[in-house]
Amino acid sequence: MDRYNRHIILSEVGQTGQAKLFQAKVLVVGAGGLGCPVLQYLAAAGVGTIGIIDFDVVEESNLQRQILFGRSSLGKNKAEAAKSRLQDLNDTITIKAYAEMLTFKNAIDLFNQYDIIVDGTDNFETRYLINDASVITGKPVVFGAIYKFQGQVSVFNYHHGPTYRCAFPNKPKKDAIPNCSEIGVLGVLSGIIGTMQANEVLKIILNIGHVLIGKLWCYDALLNQTTTLSIKKNDVEIQNVLLGKNNFENQPFETYCESDFEVSIKVIINKDNIQFIDVREFYELPKVEGISIKQIPLRELKNHIDKISIDKEKAFFCQSGIRSKQAVSILKQYNIHNCFSIKEGAFEINRYIKGSQKHITNE
Amino acid sequence: MILSIKYFGLLAEITNKEEELIDFSRSYIWELLEVLYIKYPNLKNKDFQVAQNQELVPFETEINGKEIVLLPPFSGG
Repeated sequence: MDRYNRHIILSEVGQTGQAKLFQAKVLVVGAGGLGCPVLQYLAAAGVGTIGIIDFDVVEESNLQRQILFGRSSLGKNKAEAAKSRLQDLNDTITIKAYAEMLTFKNAIDLFNQYDIIVDGTDNFETRYLINDASVITGKPVVFGAIYKFQGQVSVFNYHHGPTYRCAFPNKPKKDAIPNCSEIGVLGVLSGIIGTMQANEVLKIILNIGHVLIGKLWCYDALLNQTTTLSIKKNDVEIQNVLLGKNNFENQPFETYCESDFEVSIKVIINKDNIQFIDVREFYELPKVEGISIKQIPLRELKNHIDKISIDKEKAFFCQSGIRSKQAVSILKQYNIHNCFSIKEGAFEINRYIKGSQKHITNE
Repeated sequence: MILSIKYFGLLAEITNKEEELIDFSRSYIWELLEVLYIKYPNLKNKDFQVAQNQELVPFETEINGKEIVLLPPFSGG
Protein backbone atom coordinates (compact mmCIF):
# COMPACT_ATOMS: atom_id res chain seq x y z
CA MET A 1 0.00 0.00 0.00
CA ASP A 2 1.40 3.39 -0.98
CA ARG A 3 0.21 4.99 2.25
CA TYR A 4 2.85 3.13 4.29
CA ASN A 5 5.64 3.13 1.68
CA ARG A 6 8.05 5.21 3.79
CA HIS A 7 7.64 2.73 6.64
CA ILE A 8 7.93 -0.34 4.47
CA ILE A 9 11.19 0.74 2.86
CA LEU A 10 12.77 0.95 6.33
CA SER A 11 14.46 -2.39 6.97
CA GLU A 12 13.52 -2.12 10.69
CA VAL A 13 9.82 -1.98 9.76
CA GLY A 14 9.15 -3.56 6.35
CA GLN A 15 6.00 -5.45 5.36
CA THR A 16 6.23 -7.54 8.54
CA GLY A 17 6.43 -4.52 10.81
CA GLN A 18 3.58 -2.81 9.02
CA ALA A 19 1.48 -5.94 9.48
CA LYS A 20 2.34 -5.90 13.21
CA LEU A 21 1.15 -2.30 13.41
CA PHE A 22 -2.11 -3.24 11.71
CA GLN A 23 -2.71 -6.07 14.18
CA ALA A 24 -1.94 -3.91 17.23
CA LYS A 25 -4.62 -2.56 19.56
CA VAL A 26 -3.80 0.58 21.50
CA LEU A 27 -6.00 2.38 24.03
CA VAL A 28 -5.30 6.08 24.54
CA VAL A 29 -6.67 7.44 27.82
CA GLY A 30 -7.30 11.17 27.46
CA ALA A 31 -7.55 12.95 24.10
CA GLY A 32 -5.99 16.20 25.30
CA GLY A 33 -2.58 17.81 24.91
CA LEU A 34 -0.72 14.49 25.02
CA GLY A 35 -3.44 12.25 23.58
CA CYS A 36 -3.84 14.31 20.39
CA PRO A 37 -0.27 13.93 19.06
CA VAL A 38 -0.14 10.30 20.19
CA LEU A 39 -3.38 9.55 18.33
CA GLN A 40 -2.35 11.48 15.25
CA TYR A 41 0.89 9.53 14.81
CA LEU A 42 -0.58 6.14 15.72
CA ALA A 43 -3.43 6.58 13.24
CA ALA A 44 -1.07 7.81 10.53
CA ALA A 45 1.28 4.88 11.21
CA GLY A 46 -1.57 2.45 10.60
CA VAL A 47 -2.10 1.02 14.09
CA GLY A 48 -5.07 -1.22 13.27
CA THR A 49 -7.28 -0.68 16.31
CA ILE A 50 -7.20 2.51 18.34
CA GLY A 51 -9.43 3.15 21.34
CA ILE A 52 -9.93 6.68 22.68
CA ILE A 53 -11.51 7.31 26.06
CA ASP A 54 -12.34 10.85 27.21
CA PHE A 55 -15.47 12.24 28.86
CA ASP A 56 -14.58 15.91 28.29
CA VAL A 57 -15.73 18.31 25.56
CA VAL A 58 -13.57 20.52 23.35
CA GLU A 59 -13.22 24.12 24.54
CA GLU A 60 -11.63 27.05 22.77
CA SER A 61 -8.72 27.14 25.26
CA ASN A 62 -7.82 23.56 24.19
CA LEU A 63 -7.03 24.57 20.60
CA GLN A 64 -3.63 26.06 21.58
CA ARG A 65 -2.25 22.51 21.98
CA GLN A 66 -4.89 19.85 21.25
CA ILE A 67 -4.08 19.67 17.58
CA LEU A 68 -6.77 17.24 16.41
CA PHE A 69 -9.46 19.82 17.05
CA GLY A 70 -10.62 22.91 15.21
CA ARG A 71 -13.44 25.40 15.55
CA SER A 72 -15.91 22.85 14.21
CA SER A 73 -15.10 20.55 17.19
CA LEU A 74 -16.02 23.09 19.89
CA GLY A 75 -18.56 21.66 22.31
CA LYS A 76 -18.16 18.12 20.99
CA ASN A 77 -16.91 15.20 23.05
CA LYS A 78 -13.13 14.87 22.65
CA ALA A 79 -13.12 11.11 21.97
CA GLU A 80 -15.81 11.52 19.27
CA ALA A 81 -14.20 14.62 17.74
CA ALA A 82 -10.77 12.94 17.67
CA LYS A 83 -12.28 9.86 16.06
CA SER A 84 -13.85 11.82 13.20
CA ARG A 85 -10.58 13.69 12.51
CA LEU A 86 -8.52 10.48 12.64
CA GLN A 87 -10.93 8.55 10.44
CA ASP A 88 -10.37 11.23 7.80
CA LEU A 89 -6.61 10.84 8.24
CA ASN A 90 -6.80 7.05 7.92
CA ASP A 91 -9.97 5.19 6.94
CA THR A 92 -8.26 1.78 6.83
CA ILE A 93 -8.09 1.40 10.63
CA THR A 94 -10.71 0.83 13.33
CA ILE A 95 -11.20 3.65 15.81
CA LYS A 96 -13.41 3.26 18.86
CA ALA A 97 -14.51 6.32 20.81
CA TYR A 98 -15.60 5.96 24.45
CA ALA A 99 -17.28 9.19 25.52
CA GLU A 100 -16.99 8.37 29.20
CA MET A 101 -14.70 8.59 32.20
CA LEU A 102 -12.21 5.82 32.95
CA THR A 103 -13.35 4.33 36.26
CA PHE A 104 -12.64 1.31 38.46
CA LYS A 105 -15.78 -0.24 36.97
CA ASN A 106 -14.88 -0.03 33.28
CA ALA A 107 -11.05 -0.05 33.37
CA ILE A 108 -10.41 -3.81 33.58
CA ASP A 109 -12.84 -4.77 30.79
CA LEU A 110 -11.55 -2.01 28.56
CA PHE A 111 -7.85 -2.73 29.16
CA ASN A 112 -8.43 -6.42 28.40
CA GLN A 113 -9.45 -5.48 24.86
CA TYR A 114 -6.12 -3.74 24.08
CA ASP A 115 -2.39 -4.60 23.95
CA ILE A 116 -0.93 -1.27 25.05
CA ILE A 117 -2.34 1.54 27.21
CA VAL A 118 -1.25 5.16 26.67
CA ASP A 119 -1.57 7.49 29.66
CA GLY A 120 -2.39 10.99 28.43
CA THR A 121 -4.52 12.04 31.38
CA ASP A 122 -4.33 15.23 33.41
CA ASN A 123 -4.82 14.10 37.01
CA PHE A 124 -3.21 11.80 39.57
CA GLU A 125 -6.38 9.86 40.40
CA THR A 126 -6.62 8.54 36.84
CA ARG A 127 -2.86 7.96 36.57
CA TYR A 128 -2.87 5.68 39.63
CA LEU A 129 -6.05 3.99 38.36
CA ILE A 130 -4.34 3.32 34.99
CA ASN A 131 -1.32 1.90 36.81
CA ASP A 132 -3.35 -0.45 38.97
CA ALA A 133 -5.64 -1.64 36.16
CA SER A 134 -2.62 -2.24 33.90
CA VAL A 135 -0.83 -4.26 36.61
CA ILE A 136 -3.96 -6.38 37.08
CA THR A 137 -4.50 -6.93 33.34
CA GLY A 138 -0.77 -7.24 32.57
CA LYS A 139 -0.67 -4.44 29.98
CA PRO A 140 2.24 -2.06 29.36
CA VAL A 141 1.59 1.64 29.96
CA VAL A 142 3.26 4.32 27.88
CA PHE A 143 3.31 7.19 30.35
CA GLY A 144 3.66 10.91 29.64
CA ALA A 145 3.10 13.93 31.90
CA ILE A 146 3.83 17.63 31.60
CA TYR A 147 4.29 20.71 33.75
CA LYS A 148 4.72 24.17 32.19
CA PHE A 149 7.94 23.69 30.14
CA GLN A 150 8.92 20.22 31.40
CA GLY A 151 7.81 16.69 30.66
CA GLN A 152 8.31 13.08 31.75
CA VAL A 153 8.02 9.91 29.65
CA SER A 154 8.36 6.27 30.66
CA VAL A 155 7.11 2.78 29.83
CA PHE A 156 5.71 1.01 32.86
CA ASN A 157 4.77 -2.59 33.56
CA TYR A 158 6.46 -3.93 30.43
CA HIS A 159 8.66 -7.05 30.32
CA HIS A 160 8.45 -7.32 34.14
CA GLY A 161 9.81 -3.79 34.53
CA PRO A 162 8.83 -1.25 37.21
CA THR A 163 5.41 0.37 37.42
CA TYR A 164 4.26 3.95 38.03
CA ARG A 165 3.93 3.21 41.75
CA CYS A 166 7.57 2.01 41.83
CA ALA A 167 8.63 5.49 40.67
CA PHE A 168 6.03 7.50 42.59
CA PRO A 169 4.78 5.37 45.52
CA ASN A 170 3.03 8.22 47.31
CA LYS A 171 0.00 9.62 45.57
CA PRO A 172 0.05 13.41 46.01
CA LYS A 173 -2.82 14.99 47.83
CA LYS A 174 -5.56 16.18 45.56
CA ASP A 175 -4.65 19.50 43.92
CA ALA A 176 -1.14 19.39 45.42
CA ILE A 177 0.36 19.84 41.96
CA PRO A 178 -1.52 22.28 39.74
CA ASN A 179 -2.53 21.09 36.25
CA CYS A 180 -2.27 22.80 32.86
CA SER A 181 -5.65 24.49 33.08
CA GLU A 182 -4.65 26.19 36.32
CA ILE A 183 -1.07 27.08 35.61
CA GLY A 184 -0.56 27.05 31.85
CA VAL A 185 1.58 24.93 29.57
CA LEU A 186 3.61 25.63 26.46
CA GLY A 187 1.51 24.14 23.64
CA VAL A 188 4.42 22.62 21.77
CA LEU A 189 5.62 20.79 24.91
CA SER A 190 2.55 18.53 24.79
CA GLY A 191 3.46 17.85 21.16
CA ILE A 192 7.03 16.89 22.06
CA ILE A 193 6.06 14.64 24.97
CA GLY A 194 3.06 13.09 23.16
CA THR A 195 5.22 12.36 20.13
CA MET A 196 7.81 10.69 22.38
CA GLN A 197 4.99 8.51 23.73
CA ALA A 198 3.89 7.59 20.19
CA ASN A 199 7.50 6.64 19.44
CA GLU A 200 7.60 4.29 22.45
CA VAL A 201 4.29 2.70 21.38
CA LEU A 202 5.63 2.04 17.87
CA LYS A 203 8.90 0.58 19.20
CA ILE A 204 6.95 -1.78 21.48
CA ILE A 205 4.73 -2.96 18.61
CA LEU A 206 7.62 -3.31 16.16
CA ASN A 207 9.94 -4.77 18.79
CA ILE A 208 12.81 -2.51 17.77
CA GLY A 209 15.28 -0.25 19.59
CA HIS A 210 15.37 0.42 23.31
CA VAL A 211 12.10 1.01 25.11
CA LEU A 212 12.04 3.25 28.22
CA ILE A 213 11.60 0.30 30.60
CA GLY A 214 12.77 1.26 34.09
CA LYS A 215 13.76 4.73 32.84
CA LEU A 216 12.09 8.05 33.46
CA TRP A 217 12.98 10.42 30.63
CA CYS A 218 12.77 14.04 31.79
CA TYR A 219 12.82 16.95 29.38
CA ASP A 220 13.17 20.69 29.94
CA ALA A 221 12.10 22.69 26.89
CA LEU A 222 13.58 25.98 28.14
CA LEU A 223 17.04 24.63 29.00
CA ASN A 224 17.11 22.03 26.18
CA GLN A 225 18.07 19.53 28.86
CA THR A 226 17.21 15.87 29.03
CA THR A 227 17.85 13.66 32.06
CA THR A 228 17.17 9.94 32.13
CA LEU A 229 16.68 8.53 35.63
CA SER A 230 16.50 4.83 36.35
CA ILE A 231 13.63 3.40 38.37
CA LYS A 232 13.98 0.33 40.56
CA LYS A 233 11.21 -2.22 40.55
CA ASN A 234 9.35 -2.40 43.86
CA ASP A 235 7.72 -5.82 44.15
CA VAL A 236 5.83 -4.88 47.30
CA GLU A 237 4.04 -2.03 45.50
CA ILE A 238 3.12 -4.38 42.65
CA GLN A 239 1.97 -7.16 44.98
CA ASN A 240 -0.26 -4.72 46.86
CA VAL A 241 -2.03 -3.78 43.64
CA LEU A 242 -2.52 -7.44 42.77
CA LEU A 243 -3.95 -8.11 46.24
CA GLY A 244 -6.74 -5.63 45.49
CA LYS A 245 -7.62 -7.45 42.28
CA ASN A 246 -10.85 -9.12 43.40
CA ASN A 247 -12.39 -6.01 44.84
CA PHE A 248 -11.07 -3.64 42.18
CA GLU A 249 -14.30 -2.81 40.37
CA ASN A 250 -16.14 -1.96 43.57
CA GLN A 251 -13.83 0.86 44.62
CA PRO A 252 -15.56 4.22 44.42
CA PHE A 253 -13.50 6.74 42.46
CA GLU A 254 -13.93 9.68 44.80
CA THR A 255 -12.68 7.86 47.89
CA TYR A 256 -9.63 6.75 45.96
CA CYS A 257 -7.76 9.80 47.24
CA GLU A 258 -5.63 8.76 50.14
CA SER A 259 -6.47 10.44 53.39
CA ASP A 260 -4.05 12.90 54.82
CA PHE A 261 -1.69 10.98 57.10
CA GLU A 262 0.31 13.96 58.30
CA VAL A 263 -0.88 15.25 61.65
CA SER A 264 0.17 17.75 64.26
CA ILE A 265 1.31 16.62 67.70
CA LYS A 266 -1.45 18.89 69.05
CA VAL A 267 -4.08 16.62 67.50
CA ILE A 268 -2.52 13.22 67.96
CA ILE A 269 -1.53 13.64 71.61
CA ASN A 270 -5.17 13.71 72.67
CA LYS A 271 -5.89 10.33 71.12
CA ASP A 272 -6.07 7.19 73.23
CA ASN A 273 -4.56 3.85 72.32
CA ILE A 274 -1.73 5.17 70.21
CA GLN A 275 1.84 3.90 69.78
CA PHE A 276 4.47 6.63 69.41
CA ILE A 277 7.47 5.55 67.35
CA ASP A 278 10.70 7.52 67.09
CA VAL A 279 12.42 6.67 63.78
CA ARG A 280 15.58 8.65 64.52
CA GLU A 281 18.96 7.07 65.24
CA PHE A 282 19.60 6.23 68.90
CA TYR A 283 22.19 8.98 69.29
CA GLU A 284 19.92 11.79 68.09
CA LEU A 285 18.82 14.46 70.56
CA PRO A 286 16.64 15.70 72.13
CA LYS A 287 14.97 12.60 73.48
CA VAL A 288 11.23 13.09 73.66
CA GLU A 289 10.00 12.92 77.24
CA GLY A 290 6.62 12.64 78.88
CA ILE A 291 5.14 10.04 76.56
CA SER A 292 5.87 6.37 76.08
CA ILE A 293 7.97 5.80 72.98
CA LYS A 294 9.34 2.93 70.98
CA GLN A 295 12.49 3.73 69.02
CA ILE A 296 13.15 2.06 65.64
CA PRO A 297 15.57 3.93 63.36
CA LEU A 298 14.16 4.32 59.85
CA ARG A 299 16.78 2.19 58.14
CA GLU A 300 15.99 -0.68 60.56
CA LEU A 301 12.22 -0.38 60.19
CA LYS A 302 11.78 -3.13 57.62
CA ASN A 303 13.53 -5.61 59.95
CA HIS A 304 11.37 -4.72 62.94
CA ILE A 305 7.87 -4.77 61.49
CA ASP A 306 6.90 -7.17 64.31
CA LYS A 307 7.47 -4.40 66.86
CA ILE A 308 4.72 -2.28 65.31
CA SER A 309 1.41 -2.58 67.09
CA ILE A 310 -1.36 -3.96 64.91
CA ASP A 311 -4.29 -2.91 67.12
CA LYS A 312 -3.17 0.60 68.01
CA GLU A 313 -2.88 3.66 65.85
CA LYS A 314 0.76 4.51 65.16
CA ALA A 315 2.30 7.98 65.29
CA PHE A 316 5.81 8.30 63.86
CA PHE A 317 8.14 11.19 64.48
CA CYS A 318 11.73 12.17 63.80
CA GLN A 319 13.80 15.35 63.77
CA SER A 320 11.78 17.22 61.16
CA GLY A 321 8.95 15.09 59.77
CA ILE A 322 10.79 13.68 56.72
CA ARG A 323 11.76 10.25 57.99
CA SER A 324 8.43 9.80 59.77
CA LYS A 325 6.62 10.35 56.43
CA GLN A 326 8.88 7.78 54.82
CA ALA A 327 8.13 5.36 57.68
CA VAL A 328 4.38 5.61 57.01
CA SER A 329 4.87 4.85 53.35
CA ILE A 330 7.13 1.87 54.14
CA LEU A 331 4.50 0.43 56.47
CA LYS A 332 1.80 1.00 53.86
CA GLN A 333 3.77 -1.37 51.63
CA TYR A 334 3.50 -3.99 54.37
CA ASN A 335 -0.24 -3.33 54.57
CA ILE A 336 0.06 -1.82 58.04
CA HIS A 337 -2.44 0.99 58.24
CA ASN A 338 -3.57 3.52 60.86
CA CYS A 339 -0.16 5.15 60.69
CA PHE A 340 0.41 8.87 61.07
CA SER A 341 3.44 11.04 60.56
CA ILE A 342 3.82 13.87 63.07
CA LYS A 343 4.60 17.09 61.23
CA GLU A 344 6.66 18.58 64.03
CA GLY A 345 10.16 17.42 64.91
CA ALA A 346 11.33 16.09 68.28
CA PHE A 347 12.27 19.54 69.57
CA GLU A 348 8.82 21.00 68.92
CA ILE A 349 7.11 17.86 70.21
CA ASN A 350 8.98 18.20 73.50
CA ARG A 351 8.12 21.85 73.75
CA TYR A 352 4.45 21.12 73.16
CA ILE A 353 4.31 18.29 75.70
CA LYS A 354 5.99 20.45 78.33
CA GLY A 355 3.82 23.42 77.48
CA SER A 356 0.58 21.54 77.66
CA GLN A 357 1.69 19.94 80.92
CA LYS A 358 -0.22 16.93 79.89
CA HIS A 359 1.20 13.76 81.33
CA ILE A 360 0.41 10.61 79.56
CA THR A 361 0.78 7.38 81.40
CA ASN A 362 2.93 4.68 79.93
CA GLU A 363 1.43 1.98 77.77
CA MET B 1 31.66 16.86 49.99
CA ILE B 2 30.22 19.19 47.38
CA LEU B 3 26.86 17.99 46.04
CA SER B 4 25.14 19.30 42.94
CA ILE B 5 21.40 19.54 43.57
CA LYS B 6 18.94 19.96 40.71
CA TYR B 7 15.34 21.03 41.19
CA PHE B 8 12.72 20.00 38.63
CA GLY B 9 9.25 21.39 37.99
CA LEU B 10 7.64 23.51 40.66
CA LEU B 11 10.47 22.77 43.10
CA ALA B 12 12.65 25.18 41.11
CA GLU B 13 10.00 27.85 41.70
CA ILE B 14 10.30 27.31 45.46
CA THR B 15 14.09 27.38 45.53
CA ASN B 16 14.30 30.05 42.82
CA LYS B 17 17.00 28.09 41.04
CA GLU B 18 17.31 25.06 38.81
CA GLU B 19 20.57 23.93 40.29
CA GLU B 20 22.97 24.67 43.14
CA LEU B 21 26.06 23.32 44.84
CA ILE B 22 25.85 22.46 48.52
CA ASP B 23 28.69 21.57 50.84
CA PHE B 24 27.35 18.63 52.79
CA SER B 25 29.12 16.47 55.34
CA ARG B 26 26.49 14.04 56.61
CA SER B 27 25.46 10.62 55.29
CA TYR B 28 21.83 10.14 54.25
CA ILE B 29 19.38 11.61 51.75
CA TRP B 30 16.98 12.52 54.55
CA GLU B 31 19.74 14.44 56.29
CA LEU B 32 20.27 16.44 53.12
CA LEU B 33 16.51 17.08 52.95
CA GLU B 34 16.57 18.39 56.52
CA VAL B 35 19.15 20.94 55.44
CA LEU B 36 17.10 21.88 52.37
CA TYR B 37 13.88 22.19 54.39
CA ILE B 38 15.54 24.73 56.64
CA LYS B 39 16.81 26.62 53.62
CA TYR B 40 13.49 26.39 51.74
CA PRO B 41 10.64 25.84 54.23
CA ASN B 42 8.00 25.59 51.46
CA LEU B 43 9.72 22.52 50.08
CA LYS B 44 8.39 20.56 53.03
CA ASN B 45 4.78 20.55 51.78
CA LYS B 46 5.71 19.26 48.34
CA ASP B 47 5.66 15.73 47.00
CA PHE B 48 8.85 14.70 45.26
CA GLN B 49 11.26 11.85 44.68
CA VAL B 50 15.02 11.98 44.94
CA ALA B 51 17.47 10.65 42.39
CA GLN B 52 21.13 10.04 43.18
CA ASN B 53 23.52 9.48 40.27
CA GLN B 54 20.54 9.28 37.88
CA GLU B 55 18.68 6.69 39.91
CA LEU B 56 15.50 7.19 41.97
CA VAL B 57 16.25 6.18 45.57
CA PRO B 58 14.36 6.08 48.90
CA PHE B 59 15.11 8.82 51.43
CA GLU B 60 16.85 6.40 53.77
CA THR B 61 19.57 5.80 51.17
CA GLU B 62 23.16 6.69 51.98
CA ILE B 63 24.63 9.46 49.86
CA ASN B 64 27.44 8.10 47.70
CA GLY B 65 27.19 10.30 44.64
CA LYS B 66 27.73 13.89 43.73
CA GLU B 67 24.55 14.49 41.73
CA ILE B 68 21.18 14.73 43.38
CA VAL B 69 17.89 15.50 41.61
CA LEU B 70 14.68 16.46 43.39
CA LEU B 71 11.80 15.71 41.09
CA PRO B 72 8.08 16.11 41.65
CA PRO B 73 5.49 13.96 39.88
CA PHE B 74 3.75 15.80 37.03
CA SER B 75 0.03 15.32 36.49
CA GLY B 76 -0.54 17.51 33.44
CA GLY B 77 -1.56 16.17 30.06
